[in-house]
Amino acid sequence: MKKQVVAMVLTVVTATGLLAGCGNSASPNSDTDGAGEGKVINIYSWNDEFRTRVEAIYPEVEKTSTDGTVTTLKDGTEIHWIINPNQDGVYQQKLDEALLKQADAAPDDKVDIFLSETDYVYKYSDADAGVAMPLEELGIDPSKDLTDQYEFTKTTASDQNGVQRGSTWQCCPGLLVYRRDIAKDVFGTDDPEVIGEKVKDWDTLKGTAEELKAKGYYTFSSYADTFRLYGNSIEQPWVTTGESVVKVDQKIMDWINDSKEWLDAGYFDKTVKGQWNDDWNKAMSSSSKVFAFLLPAWGIDFTLNPNWDGEDGAWAVTNPPQEYNWGGSYIHAATGTDNPEHVKDIILALTANKDNLLKISKEYSDFTNTQSGMQEAATDDANFASDFLGGQNAYKYFAPVAENIKIAPLSAYDQGCVELIQNSFGDYLQDKIDFDKAKSNFETAIKERYPDITEVQWAE
Amino acid sequence: MNKKRKSISYGKWGYLFILPFFLCFFIFSFIPLLDTIRYSFFEYYRSGIKEIGPNFIGVENYKSLLESDMLKYAGNTLILWIIGFIPQVVVALVLACWFSDLRLKIHGKQFFKVVIYLPNLIMASAFAMLFFALFSTNGPINSILESIGFIKEPIDFLGSVLGTRSLVGLMNFLMWFGNTTIMLMAAIMAISNDIFEASEIDGCNSIKRFFYIILPLIRPILAYTLITSIIGGLQMFDVPQILTNGQGNPDRTSMTLIMFLNSHLKSKNYGMAGALSVYLFIVSGILCFIVYKMTNDNDPDGSKRAAKKKAKAEKRKG
Repeated sequence: MKKQVVAMVLTVVTATGLLAGCGNSASPNSDTDGAGEGKVINIYSWNDEFRTRVEAIYPEVEKTSTDGTVTTLKDGTEIHWIINPNQDGVYQQKLDEALLKQADAAPDDKVDIFLSETDYVYKYSDADAGVAMPLEELGIDPSKDLTDQYEFTKTTASDQNGVQRGSTWQCCPGLLVYRRDIAKDVFGTDDPEVIGEKVKDWDTLKGTAEELKAKGYYTFSSYADTFRLYGNSIEQPWVTTGESVVKVDQKIMDWINDSKEWLDAGYFDKTVKGQWNDDWNKAMSSSSKVFAFLLPAWGIDFTLNPNWDGEDGAWAVTNPPQEYNWGGSYIHAATGTDNPEHVKDIILALTANKDNLLKISKEYSDFTNTQSGMQEAATDDANFASDFLGGQNAYKYFAPVAENIKIAPLSAYDQGCVELIQNSFGDYLQDKIDFDKAKSNFETAIKERYPDITEVQWAE
Repeated sequence: MNKKRKSISYGKWGYLFILPFFLCFFIFSFIPLLDTIRYSFFEYYRSGIKEIGPNFIGVENYKSLLESDMLKYAGNTLILWIIGFIPQVVVALVLACWFSDLRLKIHGKQFFKVVIYLPNLIMASAFAMLFFALFSTNGPINSILESIGFIKEPIDFLGSVLGTRSLVGLMNFLMWFGNTTIMLMAAIMAISNDIFEASEIDGCNSIKRFFYIILPLIRPILAYTLITSIIGGLQMFDVPQILTNGQGNPDRTSMTLIMFLNSHLKSKNYGMAGALSVYLFIVSGILCFIVYKMTNDNDPDGSKRAAKKKAKAEKRKG
């Protein structure tokens, strides 16, 4: 009997050994191929946006498998797409795990390229974290190769010492998108120049909001819509490097006070609470009374267009009351990559080649990261006019905004701060709690999210 | 060897067959459990992509949790659980009695059993998403109420404490009453028909039958339902998490303990989360013990205790 038990145990042990073998079966000699480049390029991203751009313009692409997980290049190198959704921070969790294991991973399992969004780009470009390679180490000289990029995108992707550690193909200046029919009803015209004059700064916009209200319209759907404009113009980072104090900027306090005033005055739709929810989507439909939204190029394409149920040509764009940027995906080379040449090539092709970028703009309506190219697009109505905007060329309005964007100082805590401040003060704006309670709720929430935060300092 | 074998024992096969479970439990549950307890004494989290710790800090985590709003969240969890559990058990008891009453002769019993169980098959998160859409300020429920003239202004269900809590309770009720009904039905059907018949002959009406026959006889199953529901309730998070976007709005009044735990895990704060888990472990341990004591009373009518007393008294006399 004992024998059988022993045999059983041995079987289990053997089986376990076999299974364990599966985990790290990558052969150790896989990086000896060619000029020291690995055979697999692992790219971490949260959707297939980057893949479609690479397929569209990277000349080395041979084919992509039907399930979209592997793209083969002409020299036989495979790009493996590791896609995890952005929701609930899943993408960052998976990426963090992979990056922490980067040093011990087999060459072909190493992360080679990963993407980040403006909201958390600093977490990865931080020099102390050191997970994103400085572009110069790859052989890209930002002051030579990337001169045509918009300055603020380069600042955004740089660490605290000003070393650029990422590069982007898109640039997300935001505009004010308004309903032509409401404009005609209230102001007698839908001319973007005239409307632009009426919304050129916050004071003027307030007068305009009063006019809209008199006719029963809301200026914007919710207080969350205007947050980016204030949040982009903060003067000090949420958290200064090396400190453990969250500093709430005066601009954020302005947002809270103005939002309260606007909401009480009836310039926002009270039933819409925040963005990305059903009520917000409905506010973009023809039955809604909302005059305008503040959106970048992708917002018009991916959010406004699908939610609009009327004819094309009902919307138009004009200058926003304040220049702002919303979004943007940055391409980083992961420290420890075994494919530095390929990575360099991909970054240059996607973010520094004007022809490629213009092609992306034409095919996917991204506002791309080429100053000269976008200036051309602004005057090229034949190629860049939008049917959805009634034949208007939005680039004419995007380009000057992009040139004037001054990106707010970033910190590794931005995502949580931005999310939680809107949430805590949402209750206050809706009169559920008083101002001090909202403050203390924010303090609780931020310390929960970031255990190393010890204090919150409020402006005023 | 053959000579030595005196009796054939099949017991060892039993042990062998349950061995895989214990192995799995040991590797995947028990070791992590010990690890959780160990980490609860450490400062161990991630700041951005940088790992901090683990540094031993004694019971600091436990102290700072007590100073935080943990008790408030425990209260929220309890309230949310009670709002869901009371209607769940009442409705399940009534339904179980009806369905198992032979004299009522309900047609399509099987059909109803399936239908009341159906909500449980939907994923809690999907269910919460559905309710989120249904009860949003511009959602269908508000439009229906408005169009029949019941209300003039749309009701902000998810903006009010009462609204959010009742919705969470309603969802938990809808999801679990079918499950409870079927379990209680099984318990009632296990009661011998002779007892029901005898009670009928003695002139027992249905209310008396319910309170004096059914209820005492299904007590073990009822207690089992209570235990599983308490443990489930302590771990409640999916419905409120989705319904309130993980924030426990408004004003953190629908934040449950596990949602609180989840917000620590956003920063991979294993230390703090571990300490919270240990608290939860202790609480569920105590609750289970109480319920176990309550139901494993092997002396329901007090006759044993009386006998013991008598014996003692007689001993003293003698």
